[in-house]
Amino acid sequence: MRVATIAFHTFKESVRQKVLYNLVAFALLLIGAAVLFGSISVGVEQIILINLGLTSISVFGLLIAIFIGIDLVSKEIDRRTIYNILSKPVSRPEFILGKYLGLLLTLLVNTAIMTLGFYAALFYQKRALRLDDLVFLGAVYFILLQLAMVVGIAVVFSCISTPVLSAVYTFCLYVIGNFSSDLRAFGQETRSALLGTVSDVLYYCLPNFGDFNVITQVAHAERIPGYLWLGNSLYALLYIAILLGMAVLIFEEREFR
Amino acid sequence: MLALETIELTKDYRLGFWRNRVKRALDRLNLKVEAGEVFGLLGPNGAGKTTTLKLLFRLIFPTSGTARILGRQLDDLSLHFRIAYLPENPSVYEHLTAQEFLNYIASLFGLSGGERRRRLGQLIDQLGLAASRNVPLGKFSKGMIQRVGIAQALVNDPEVLFLDEPMSGLDPLGRREVRELILRLKELRKTVFFSTHILADAETLCDRVGVLHHGRLQGCGELNKILCLGVSSTELFLEGPSAEVMAELKPYASSVVRTGERVRLEVPEESEVQKALEIILRGRTKLISANPVKRSLEDYFLQKVGAGAVEEWKSQGVEESRK
Repeated sequence: MRVATIAFHTFKESVRQKVLYNLVAFALLLIGAAVLFGSISVGVEQIILINLGLTSISVFGLLIAIFIGIDLVSKEIDRRTIYNILSKPVSRPEFILGKYLGLLLTLLVNTAIMTLGFYAALFYQKRALRLDDLVFLGAVYFILLQLAMVVGIAVVFSCISTPVLSAVYTFCLYVIGNFSSDLRAFGQETRSALLGTVSDVLYYCLPNFGDFNVITQVAHAERIPGYLWLGNSLYALLYIAILLGMAVLIFEEREFR
Repeated sequence: MLALETIELTKDYRLGFWRNRVKRALDRLNLKVEAGEVFGLLGPNGAGKTTTLKLLFRLIFPTSGTARILGRQLDDLSLHFRIAYLPENPSVYEHLTAQEFLNYIASLFGLSGGERRRRLGQLIDQLGLAASRNVPLGKFSKGMIQRVGIAQALVNDPEVLFLDEPMSGLDPLGRREVRELILRLKELRKTVFFSTHILADAETLCDRVGVLHHGRLQGCGELNKILCLGVSSTELFLEGPSAEVMAELKPYASSVVRTGERVRLEVPEESEVQKALEIILRGRTKLISANPVKRSLEDYFLQKVGAGAVEEWKSQGVEESRK
Protein backbone atom coordinates (compact mmCIF):
# COMPACT_ATOMS: atom_id res chain seq x y z
CA MET A 1 0.00 0.00 0.00
CA ARG A 2 2.78 2.42 0.97
CA VAL A 3 4.72 1.40 -2.14
CA ALA A 4 1.66 2.22 -4.25
CA THR A 5 1.27 5.60 -2.48
CA ILE A 6 4.90 6.52 -3.18
CA ALA A 7 4.62 5.23 -6.76
CA PHE A 8 1.51 7.29 -7.42
CA HIS A 9 3.13 10.37 -5.90
CA THR A 10 6.23 9.86 -8.05
CA PHE A 11 4.03 9.51 -11.12
CA LYS A 12 2.22 12.75 -10.24
CA GLU A 13 5.54 14.51 -9.68
CA SER A 14 6.92 13.23 -13.00
CA VAL A 15 3.94 14.22 -15.10
CA ARG A 16 4.22 17.77 -13.80
CA GLN A 17 7.70 18.14 -15.25
CA LYS A 18 7.71 20.24 -18.40
CA VAL A 19 10.61 18.30 -19.88
CA LEU A 20 8.30 15.30 -20.17
CA TYR A 21 5.81 17.12 -22.37
CA ASN A 22 8.59 18.54 -24.54
CA LEU A 23 10.01 15.07 -25.12
CA VAL A 24 6.64 13.49 -25.88
CA ALA A 25 5.79 16.39 -28.23
CA PHE A 26 9.11 15.95 -30.05
CA ALA A 27 8.55 12.21 -30.34
CA LEU A 28 5.06 12.74 -31.81
CA LEU A 29 6.47 15.35 -34.16
CA LEU A 30 9.10 12.92 -35.37
CA ILE A 31 6.55 10.15 -35.85
CA GLY A 32 4.47 12.63 -37.86
CA ALA A 33 7.55 13.54 -39.89
CA ALA A 34 8.08 9.83 -40.61
CA VAL A 35 4.91 9.96 -42.74
CA LEU A 36 6.52 12.73 -44.74
CA PHE A 37 9.82 10.86 -45.14
CA GLY A 38 7.89 7.78 -46.18
CA SER A 39 6.00 9.66 -48.86
CA ILE A 40 9.25 10.62 -50.61
CA SER A 41 10.67 7.10 -50.40
CA VAL A 42 9.09 5.15 -53.22
CA GLY A 43 8.17 1.57 -52.36
CA VAL A 44 9.44 1.57 -48.77
CA GLU A 45 7.08 4.15 -47.27
CA GLN A 46 5.80 1.82 -44.61
CA ILE A 47 9.25 0.49 -43.63
CA ILE A 48 10.54 4.04 -43.20
CA LEU A 49 7.55 4.99 -41.08
CA ILE A 50 7.82 1.90 -38.88
CA ASN A 51 11.57 2.23 -38.41
CA LEU A 52 11.52 5.94 -37.68
CA GLY A 53 8.36 5.74 -35.57
CA LEU A 54 9.51 2.92 -33.33
CA THR A 55 13.03 4.37 -33.06
CA SER A 56 11.51 7.67 -31.93
CA ILE A 57 9.55 5.85 -29.23
CA SER A 58 12.75 4.11 -28.12
CA VAL A 59 15.02 7.21 -28.14
CA PHE A 60 12.56 9.55 -26.49
CA GLY A 61 11.60 6.87 -23.99
CA LEU A 62 15.26 6.55 -23.15
CA LEU A 63 15.61 10.33 -22.72
CA ILE A 64 12.56 10.41 -20.44
CA ALA A 65 13.89 7.46 -18.42
CA ILE A 66 17.28 9.12 -17.95
CA PHE A 67 16.13 12.71 -17.37
CA ILE A 68 13.52 11.79 -14.81
CA GLY A 69 15.14 8.62 -13.46
CA ILE A 70 18.38 10.26 -12.35
CA ASP A 71 16.47 12.81 -10.29
CA LEU A 72 14.35 10.17 -8.72
CA VAL A 73 16.22 9.64 -5.48
CA SER A 74 18.88 12.35 -5.54
CA LYS A 75 16.33 15.17 -5.68
CA GLU A 76 14.60 13.83 -2.59
CA ILE A 77 17.95 13.78 -0.79
CA ASP A 78 19.17 17.17 -2.05
CA ARG A 79 15.90 18.89 -1.16
CA ARG A 80 15.68 16.95 2.10
CA THR A 81 12.08 15.97 1.36
CA ILE A 82 13.19 12.43 2.12
CA TYR A 83 13.19 13.33 5.85
CA ASN A 84 9.40 13.68 5.65
CA ILE A 85 9.06 10.21 4.16
CA LEU A 86 11.60 8.13 6.07
CA SER A 87 10.36 9.51 9.39
CA LYS A 88 7.01 7.89 8.58
CA PRO A 89 6.35 4.13 8.69
CA VAL A 90 8.12 3.69 5.36
CA SER A 91 11.12 1.38 5.01
CA ARG A 92 13.94 2.24 2.67
CA PRO A 93 13.24 -0.69 0.31
CA GLU A 94 9.60 0.44 0.09
CA PHE A 95 10.77 3.93 -0.81
CA ILE A 96 13.07 2.71 -3.60
CA LEU A 97 10.46 0.31 -4.98
CA GLY A 98 7.76 2.99 -4.88
CA LYS A 99 9.99 5.46 -6.69
CA TYR A 100 10.90 2.88 -9.31
CA LEU A 101 7.32 1.81 -9.97
CA GLY A 102 6.21 5.46 -10.15
CA LEU A 103 8.65 6.19 -12.91
CA LEU A 104 7.76 2.97 -14.67
CA LEU A 105 4.14 4.07 -14.66
CA THR A 106 5.20 7.43 -16.15
CA LEU A 107 7.08 5.62 -18.91
CA LEU A 108 4.19 3.28 -19.54
CA VAL A 109 1.76 6.17 -20.00
CA ASN A 110 4.17 8.11 -22.22
CA THR A 111 5.02 5.10 -24.32
CA ALA A 112 1.31 4.43 -24.71
CA ILE A 113 0.77 7.99 -25.96
CA MET A 114 3.70 7.71 -28.38
CA THR A 115 2.44 4.32 -29.57
CA LEU A 116 -1.00 5.80 -30.22
CA GLY A 117 0.73 8.53 -32.24
CA PHE A 118 2.61 5.87 -34.15
CA TYR A 119 -0.54 3.91 -35.01
CA ALA A 120 -2.29 7.15 -35.99
CA ALA A 121 0.56 7.87 -38.42
CA LEU A 122 0.35 4.31 -39.73
CA PHE A 123 -3.41 4.65 -40.23
CA TYR A 124 -2.90 7.96 -42.02
CA GLN A 125 -0.44 6.32 -44.41
CA LYS A 126 -2.28 3.04 -45.04
CA ARG A 127 -5.81 4.40 -44.62
CA ALA A 128 -6.53 1.22 -42.66
CA LEU A 129 -5.16 -0.89 -39.83
CA ARG A 130 -5.03 -4.69 -39.90
CA LEU A 131 -4.66 -7.31 -37.22
CA ASP A 132 -1.13 -7.97 -38.50
CA ASP A 133 -0.16 -4.48 -37.41
CA LEU A 134 -0.37 -5.60 -33.79
CA VAL A 135 3.09 -7.11 -34.32
CA PHE A 136 4.52 -3.64 -33.75
CA LEU A 137 3.28 -3.83 -30.17
CA GLY A 138 5.87 -6.56 -29.66
CA ALA A 139 8.62 -4.10 -30.53
CA VAL A 140 7.04 -1.54 -28.20
CA TYR A 141 6.95 -4.17 -25.42
CA PHE A 142 10.67 -4.83 -25.88
CA ILE A 143 11.34 -1.09 -25.83
CA LEU A 144 9.45 -0.91 -22.55
CA LEU A 145 11.50 -3.76 -21.10
CA GLN A 146 14.69 -1.90 -22.07
CA LEU A 147 13.39 1.30 -20.50
CA ALA A 148 12.49 -0.56 -17.31
CA MET A 149 16.10 -1.75 -17.12
CA VAL A 150 17.44 1.73 -17.87
CA VAL A 151 15.31 3.17 -15.05
CA GLY A 152 16.74 0.50 -12.74
CA ILE A 153 20.27 1.54 -13.71
CA ALA A 154 19.35 5.21 -13.20
CA VAL A 155 17.97 4.43 -9.74
CA VAL A 156 21.21 2.67 -8.73
CA PHE A 157 23.35 5.59 -9.89
CA SER A 158 20.91 8.06 -8.37
CA CYS A 159 21.57 6.47 -4.96
CA ILE A 160 25.34 6.96 -5.17
CA SER A 161 26.04 9.90 -7.44
CA THR A 162 25.05 13.38 -8.54
CA PRO A 163 22.27 13.75 -11.14
CA VAL A 164 24.64 14.83 -13.95
CA LEU A 165 27.08 11.97 -13.38
CA SER A 166 24.19 9.54 -12.99
CA ALA A 167 22.86 10.63 -16.39
CA VAL A 168 26.28 10.18 -18.00
CA TYR A 169 26.83 6.74 -16.42
CA THR A 170 23.34 5.53 -17.32
CA PHE A 171 23.65 6.71 -20.91
CA CYS A 172 27.11 5.12 -21.26
CA LEU A 173 25.80 1.85 -19.88
CA TYR A 174 22.89 1.96 -22.30
CA VAL A 175 25.24 2.47 -25.25
CA ILE A 176 27.63 -0.27 -24.07
CA GLY A 177 24.65 -2.54 -23.44
CA ASN A 178 23.69 -2.27 -27.10
CA PHE A 179 27.12 -3.55 -28.11
CA SER A 180 27.78 -6.10 -25.35
CA SER A 181 27.60 -9.02 -27.85
CA ASP A 182 30.24 -7.28 -29.99
CA LEU A 183 32.35 -6.80 -26.86
CA ARG A 184 32.27 -10.53 -26.19
CA ALA A 185 33.06 -11.34 -29.82
CA PHE A 186 36.00 -8.93 -29.67
CA GLY A 187 37.36 -10.71 -26.56
CA GLN A 188 37.14 -14.07 -28.30
CA GLU A 189 38.78 -12.71 -31.44
CA THR A 190 41.87 -11.52 -29.57
CA ARG A 191 42.77 -15.15 -28.62
CA SER A 192 44.02 -13.88 -25.27
CA ALA A 193 42.66 -15.95 -22.38
CA LEU A 194 42.65 -12.95 -20.06
CA LEU A 195 40.84 -10.67 -22.48
CA GLY A 196 38.46 -13.47 -23.31
CA THR A 197 37.58 -13.92 -19.63
CA VAL A 198 37.27 -10.18 -19.05
CA SER A 199 34.98 -9.77 -22.04
CA ASP A 200 32.91 -12.75 -20.89
CA VAL A 201 32.53 -11.29 -17.40
CA LEU A 202 31.56 -7.92 -18.87
CA TYR A 203 29.11 -9.59 -21.23
CA TYR A 204 27.31 -11.28 -18.36
CA CYS A 205 27.43 -8.29 -16.01
CA LEU A 206 26.53 -5.49 -18.39
CA PRO A 207 22.98 -5.25 -19.65
CA ASN A 208 22.47 -6.83 -23.02
CA PHE A 209 20.11 -4.60 -24.96
CA GLY A 210 21.03 -6.04 -28.35
CA ASP A 211 18.36 -8.77 -28.23
CA PHE A 212 15.66 -6.25 -27.42
CA ASN A 213 15.94 -4.41 -30.70
CA VAL A 214 13.46 -6.01 -33.07
CA ILE A 215 12.45 -2.86 -34.92
CA THR A 216 14.04 -3.91 -38.23
CA GLN A 217 12.46 -7.37 -37.98
CA VAL A 218 8.93 -6.09 -37.44
CA ALA A 219 9.39 -3.40 -40.09
CA HIS A 220 10.01 -6.22 -42.56
CA ALA A 221 6.95 -8.09 -41.30
CA GLU A 222 9.00 -10.82 -39.61
CA ARG A 223 7.44 -12.45 -36.60
CA ILE A 224 9.15 -12.23 -33.21
CA PRO A 225 10.15 -15.77 -32.19
CA GLY A 226 8.60 -17.17 -29.03
CA TYR A 227 11.90 -17.80 -27.27
CA LEU A 228 12.73 -14.08 -27.59
CA TRP A 229 9.46 -13.10 -25.87
CA LEU A 230 10.15 -15.41 -22.97
CA GLY A 231 13.93 -14.95 -22.83
CA ASN A 232 13.81 -11.15 -22.95
CA SER A 233 11.02 -10.96 -20.38
CA LEU A 234 12.83 -13.22 -17.91
CA TYR A 235 16.18 -11.53 -18.54
CA ALA A 236 14.70 -8.06 -17.96
CA LEU A 237 12.88 -9.23 -14.82
CA LEU A 238 16.01 -10.78 -13.36
CA TYR A 239 18.21 -7.84 -14.27
CA ILE A 240 15.74 -5.35 -12.78
CA ALA A 241 15.51 -7.43 -9.59
CA ILE A 242 19.31 -7.39 -9.27
CA LEU A 243 19.46 -3.64 -9.96
CA LEU A 244 16.76 -2.87 -7.39
CA GLY A 245 18.47 -5.18 -4.90
CA MET A 246 21.70 -3.24 -5.39
CA ALA A 247 19.88 0.09 -5.06
CA VAL A 248 18.25 -1.08 -1.82
CA LEU A 249 21.56 -2.32 -0.38
CA ILE A 250 23.25 1.01 -1.17
CA PHE A 251 20.29 2.99 0.09
CA GLU A 252 20.03 1.03 3.34
CA GLU A 253 23.54 2.14 4.26
CA ARG A 254 23.13 5.71 3.10
CA GLU A 255 23.24 8.49 5.69
CA PHE A 256 21.35 11.74 5.23
CA ARG A 257 23.43 14.39 6.92
CA MET B 1 7.05 5.24 31.32
CA LEU B 2 10.02 6.52 29.38
CA ALA B 3 9.27 8.23 26.08
CA LEU B 4 12.93 8.33 25.15
CA GLU B 5 16.09 6.80 26.46
CA THR B 6 19.50 7.17 24.87
CA ILE B 7 22.38 5.05 26.10
CA GLU B 8 25.92 6.17 25.34
CA LEU B 9 24.70 7.38 21.95
CA THR B 10 27.71 8.44 19.90
CA LYS B 11 28.17 9.67 16.36
CA ASP B 12 31.48 10.22 14.59
CA TYR B 13 31.77 11.71 11.11
CA ARG B 14 34.69 10.82 8.90
CA LEU B 15 35.92 13.87 7.04
CA GLY B 16 38.48 14.70 4.37
CA PHE B 17 39.22 13.19 0.97
CA TRP B 18 40.55 9.99 2.51
CA ARG B 19 37.93 10.09 5.25
CA ASN B 20 40.70 9.76 7.80
CA ARG B 21 39.76 12.73 9.99
CA VAL B 22 37.22 11.93 12.65
CA LYS B 23 34.86 14.53 14.05
CA ARG B 24 32.75 13.51 17.01
CA ALA B 25 29.32 15.11 16.57
CA LEU B 26 27.72 13.40 19.54
CA ASP B 27 29.60 12.01 22.49
CA ARG B 28 28.07 9.29 24.69
CA LEU B 29 24.68 10.90 25.13
CA ASN B 30 22.71 9.49 28.05
CA LEU B 31 19.26 10.97 28.27
CA LYS B 32 15.90 9.99 29.69
CA VAL B 33 12.66 11.73 28.86
CA GLU B 34 9.45 10.78 30.63
CA ALA B 35 6.17 10.42 28.77
CA GLY B 36 4.12 13.62 28.85
CA GLU B 37 7.14 15.83 29.32
CA VAL B 38 8.17 18.82 27.26
CA PHE B 39 11.92 18.47 26.98
CA GLY B 40 14.17 21.10 25.46
CA LEU B 41 17.55 20.18 24.05
CA LEU B 42 19.52 23.40 24.15
CA GLY B 43 22.81 24.37 22.65
CA PRO B 44 24.41 26.58 20.04
CA ASN B 45 24.55 25.61 16.36
CA GLY B 46 26.83 22.63 15.87
CA ALA B 47 26.25 21.36 19.40
CA GLY B 48 24.83 18.04 18.16
CA LYS B 49 21.09 18.69 18.50
CA THR B 50 20.15 17.88 14.91
CA THR B 51 22.54 14.91 14.94
CA THR B 52 20.66 13.53 17.95
CA LEU B 53 17.30 13.84 16.23
CA LYS B 54 18.55 12.34 12.97
CA LEU B 55 19.97 9.40 14.90
CA LEU B 56 16.61 8.82 16.53
CA PHE B 57 14.93 8.62 13.12
CA ARG B 58 17.74 6.54 11.60
CA LEU B 59 18.49 9.16 8.98
CA ILE B 60 22.07 8.64 10.16
CA PHE B 61 23.42 5.68 12.12
CA PRO B 62 25.20 5.72 15.47
CA THR B 63 28.90 4.91 15.71
CA SER B 64 28.14 3.31 19.07
CA GLY B 65 25.45 3.32 21.70
CA THR B 66 21.74 2.86 21.33
CA ALA B 67 18.40 4.49 21.96
CA ARG B 68 14.81 3.47 22.63
CA ILE B 69 11.62 5.39 22.01
CA LEU B 70 8.52 4.30 23.94
CA GLY B 71 10.52 1.26 24.98
CA ARG B 72 11.11 0.11 21.40
CA GLN B 73 14.26 -0.17 19.35
CA LEU B 74 14.71 2.48 16.68
CA ASP B 75 14.66 0.01 13.78
CA ASP B 76 11.12 -1.04 14.71
CA LEU B 77 9.16 0.54 11.85
CA SER B 78 5.82 0.26 13.66
CA LEU B 79 7.22 2.81 16.12
CA HIS B 80 6.83 5.45 13.42
CA PHE B 81 3.04 5.21 13.71
CA ARG B 82 3.35 6.65 17.24
CA ILE B 83 6.03 9.31 16.79
CA ALA B 84 6.65 12.32 14.58
CA TYR B 85 9.56 14.40 13.37
CA LEU B 86 9.75 17.99 12.24
CA PRO B 87 13.12 18.56 10.55
CA GLU B 88 14.93 21.88 10.86
CA ASN B 89 13.78 24.16 8.02
CA PRO B 90 11.45 21.52 6.62
CA SER B 91 11.39 20.88 2.89
CA VAL B 92 8.28 20.11 0.93
CA TYR B 93 7.35 19.16 -2.62
CA GLU B 94 6.97 22.50 -4.34
CA HIS B 95 4.62 21.23 -7.04
CA LEU B 96 2.08 20.00 -4.50
CA THR B 97 -0.49 22.08 -2.66
CA ALA B 98 -0.63 21.95 1.14
CA GLN B 99 -3.73 19.76 0.89
CA GLU B 100 -2.06 17.34 -1.56
CA PHE B 101 1.13 17.15 0.50
CA LEU B 102 -0.69 16.39 3.73
CA ASN B 103 -2.89 13.92 1.88
CA TYR B 104 0.23 12.12 0.65
CA ILE B 105 1.67 11.97 4.15
CA ALA B 106 -1.64 10.74 5.58
CA SER B 107 -1.73 7.99 2.92
CA LEU B 108 1.65 6.73 4.15
CA PHE B 109 -0.02 6.07 7.50
CA GLY B 110 -2.77 4.16 5.74
CA LEU B 111 -5.52 6.46 7.00
CA SER B 112 -8.85 5.73 5.34
CA GLY B 113 -10.52 8.35 3.15
CA GLY B 114 -12.96 9.65 5.75
CA GLU B 115 -10.46 9.62 8.59
CA ARG B 116 -7.93 11.38 6.37
CA ARG B 117 -10.34 14.12 5.40
CA ARG B 118 -11.35 14.69 9.02
CA ARG B 119 -7.77 14.78 10.30
CA LEU B 120 -6.47 17.03 7.52
CA GLY B 121 -9.42 19.40 7.91
CA GLN B 122 -8.61 19.70 11.62
CA LEU B 123 -4.91 20.32 11.04
CA ILE B 124 -5.41 22.80 8.22
CA ASP B 125 -7.74 24.86 10.41
CA GLN B 126 -5.56 24.50 13.52
CA LEU B 127 -2.43 25.71 11.72
CA GLY B 128 -4.07 28.55 9.80
CA LEU B 129 -3.60 26.96 6.38
CA ALA B 130 -7.25 27.04 5.28
CA ALA B 131 -6.92 30.05 2.98
CA SER B 132 -3.91 28.66 1.15
CA ARG B 133 -4.67 24.93 1.18
CA ASN B 134 -4.85 24.83 -2.64
CA VAL B 135 -1.80 27.01 -3.33
CA PRO B 136 1.35 25.20 -4.55
CA LEU B 137 3.88 24.94 -1.71
CA GLY B 138 6.53 26.50 -3.96
CA LYS B 139 4.73 29.81 -3.44
CA PHE B 140 4.64 29.57 0.36
CA SER B 141 6.71 31.81 2.67
CA LYS B 142 9.22 30.27 5.07
CA GLY B 143 6.81 30.69 7.98
CA MET B 144 3.99 29.01 6.08
CA ILE B 145 6.27 26.12 5.10
CA GLN B 146 7.08 25.70 8.80
CA ARG B 147 3.35 25.43 9.53
CA VAL B 148 2.97 22.79 6.83
CA GLY B 149 5.97 21.00 8.34
CA ILE B 150 4.29 21.00 11.73
CA ALA B 151 1.03 19.82 10.18
CA GLN B 152 2.75 16.84 8.53
CA ALA B 153 4.26 15.95 11.90
CA LEU B 154 0.81 15.90 13.49
CA VAL B 155 -0.99 13.88 10.82
CA ASN B 156 -0.76 10.59 12.76
CA ASP B 157 -1.71 12.17 16.10
CA PRO B 158 1.66 11.07 17.55
CA GLU B 159 2.40 10.27 21.18
CA VAL B 160 5.92 11.67 20.98
CA LEU B 161 6.94 14.62 18.82
CA PHE B 162 10.52 15.45 17.95
CA LEU B 163 10.80 19.00 16.71
CA ASP B 164 14.08 20.39 15.42
CA GLU B 165 14.15 24.16 15.92
CA PRO B 166 10.35 24.47 15.55
CA MET B 167 10.37 28.29 15.88
CA SER B 168 13.07 28.75 13.29
CA GLY B 169 12.12 31.19 10.55
CA LEU B 170 8.86 32.23 12.15
CA ASP B 171 7.78 35.81 12.81
CA PRO B 172 6.80 36.75 16.39
CA LEU B 173 3.17 35.86 15.74
CA GLY B 174 4.13 32.51 14.26
CA ARG B 175 6.42 31.78 17.21
CA ARG B 176 3.63 32.49 19.59
CA GLU B 177 1.30 30.18 17.70
CA VAL B 178 3.86 27.36 17.80
CA ARG B 179 4.42 27.95 21.51
CA GLU B 180 0.67 27.73 22.09
CA LEU B 181 0.51 24.59 19.99
CA ILE B 182 3.23 22.92 22.05
CA LEU B 183 1.41 23.89 25.24
CA ARG B 184 -1.82 22.41 23.83
CA LEU B 185 0.07 19.19 23.02
CA LYS B 186 1.34 19.16 26.58
CA GLU B 187 -2.23 19.45 27.87
CA LEU B 188 -3.07 16.43 25.74
CA ARG B 189 -0.29 14.55 27.57
CA LYS B 190 1.89 14.30 24.47
CA THR B 191 5.63 14.13 24.86
CA VAL B 192 7.42 16.94 23.04
CA PHE B 193 11.17 16.80 22.55
CA PHE B 194 12.44 19.88 20.81
CA SER B 195 15.78 21.39 20.07
CA THR B 196 16.40 25.10 20.16
CA HIS B 197 19.12 27.64 20.64
CA ILE B 198 16.63 30.27 21.74
CA LEU B 199 16.44 30.36 25.52
CA ALA B 200 13.18 32.25 25.77
CA ASP B 201 11.37 29.41 23.97
CA ALA B 202 12.78 26.84 26.35
CA GLU B 203 11.95 28.94 29.44
CA THR B 204 8.34 29.28 28.33
CA LEU B 205 7.70 25.69 27.37
CA CYS B 206 9.97 23.11 28.93
CA ASP B 207 9.53 20.90 31.97
CA ARG B 208 13.13 19.84 31.67
CA VAL B 209 16.10 20.91 29.61
CA GLY B 210 19.39 19.40 28.59
CA VAL B 211 22.36 21.48 27.54
CA LEU B 212 24.41 20.11 24.70
CA HIS B 213 27.74 21.60 23.71
CA HIS B 214 30.36 20.22 21.35
CA GLY B 215 28.40 16.97 21.24
CA ARG B 216 28.37 16.47 25.01
CA LEU B 217 25.50 16.72 27.40
CA GLN B 218 26.76 19.33 29.84
CA GLY B 219 23.77 19.31 32.14
CA CYS B 220 20.19 18.21 32.40
CA GLY B 221 17.47 19.08 34.86
CA GLU B 222 14.02 20.35 35.66
CA LEU B 223 13.56 23.92 34.53
CA ASN B 224 11.70 24.87 37.74
CA LYS B 225 14.59 23.72 39.87
CA ILE B 226 17.19 25.34 37.64
CA LEU B 227 15.38 28.68 37.73
CA CYS B 228 14.12 28.66 41.33
CA LEU B 229 16.97 27.13 43.24
CA GLY B 230 19.27 29.96 42.47
CA VAL B 231 17.81 33.26 43.68
CA SER B 232 20.95 35.22 42.98
CA SER B 233 19.90 38.62 44.43
CA THR B 234 16.95 40.89 45.18
CA GLU B 235 16.17 43.99 43.14
CA LEU B 236 14.54 46.98 44.78
CA PHE B 237 12.87 49.78 42.83
CA LEU B 238 12.60 53.11 44.69
CA GLU B 239 11.15 56.47 43.73
CA GLY B 240 12.87 59.72 44.70
CA PRO B 241 15.13 58.53 47.52
CA SER B 242 17.04 61.23 49.38
CA ALA B 243 20.84 61.46 49.21
CA GLU B 244 21.05 60.30 52.86
CA VAL B 245 18.98 57.16 52.22
CA MET B 246 21.07 56.36 49.16
CA ALA B 247 24.30 56.81 51.15
CA GLU B 248 23.00 54.36 53.76
CA LEU B 249 21.87 51.81 51.16
CA LYS B 250 24.98 51.88 49.04
CA PRO B 251 27.08 49.42 51.16
CA TYR B 252 24.36 46.73 50.77
CA ALA B 253 23.93 47.12 46.97
CA SER B 254 25.98 45.44 44.28
CA SER B 255 24.64 47.83 41.64
CA VAL B 256 22.72 51.10 41.61
CA VAL B 257 21.06 52.38 38.44
CA ARG B 258 19.25 55.73 38.42
CA THR B 259 16.66 56.50 35.70
CA GLY B 260 15.12 59.92 36.35
CA GLU B 261 13.46 59.79 39.74
CA ARG B 262 13.61 56.02 39.86
CA VAL B 263 16.47 54.01 41.34
CA ARG B 264 17.14 50.29 40.89
CA LEU B 265 19.23 48.64 43.59
CA GLU B 266 20.47 45.09 43.51
CA VAL B 267 21.10 43.52 46.93
CA PRO B 268 23.08 40.28 46.57
CA GLU B 269 22.84 38.97 50.14
CA GLU B 270 19.44 37.72 51.25
CA SER B 271 20.25 38.58 54.89
CA GLU B 272 20.84 42.22 54.00
CA VAL B 273 17.57 42.73 52.18
CA GLN B 274 15.77 43.18 55.53
CA LYS B 275 18.26 45.88 56.61
CA ALA B 276 17.90 47.70 53.27
CA LEU B 277 14.10 47.65 53.60
CA GLU B 278 14.35 49.10 57.13
CA ILE B 279 16.49 52.01 55.83
CA ILE B 280 13.96 52.65 53.05
CA LEU B 281 11.03 52.69 55.48
CA ARG B 282 12.86 54.85 58.00
CA GLY B 283 13.73 57.37 55.28
CA ARG B 284 10.05 57.43 54.17
CA THR B 285 11.11 56.53 50.64
CA LYS B 286 8.55 55.16 48.21
CA LEU B 287 9.26 51.47 47.50
CA ILE B 288 7.81 50.49 44.09
CA SER B 289 8.76 46.84 44.11
CA ALA B 290 11.06 44.24 45.69
CA ASN B 291 11.69 41.19 43.50
CA PRO B 292 13.95 38.18 43.88
CA VAL B 293 16.23 37.93 40.83
CA LYS B 294 16.03 34.34 39.73
CA ARG B 295 18.73 32.45 38.03
CA SER B 296 18.17 32.40 34.28
CA LEU B 297 18.79 29.65 31.76
CA GLU B 298 21.62 31.77 30.49
CA ASP B 299 23.26 31.61 33.91
CA TYR B 300 22.74 27.85 33.95
CA PHE B 301 24.32 27.56 30.54
CA LEU B 302 27.21 29.81 31.59
CA GLN B 303 27.86 27.55 34.55
CA LYS B 304 27.77 24.45 32.35
CA VAL B 305 29.76 25.52 29.34
CA GLY B 306 31.57 28.75 30.07
CA ALA B 307 31.33 32.39 29.02
CA GLY B 308 32.68 31.89 25.51
CA ALA B 309 29.83 29.60 24.61
CA VAL B 310 27.28 32.07 25.97
CA GLU B 311 28.66 34.82 23.75
CA GLU B 312 28.47 32.42 20.81
CA TRP B 313 24.91 31.55 21.75
CA LYS B 314 23.88 35.18 22.17
CA SER B 315 25.23 36.09 18.76
CA GLN B 316 23.19 33.26 17.24
CA GLY B 317 20.14 34.46 19.11
CA VAL B 318 20.59 37.94 17.66
CA GLU B 319 20.96 36.52 14.18
CA GLU B 320 17.86 34.42 14.68
CA SER B 321 15.77 37.38 15.82
CA ARG B 322 16.98 39.37 12.79
CA LYS B 323 15.69 36.65 10.50
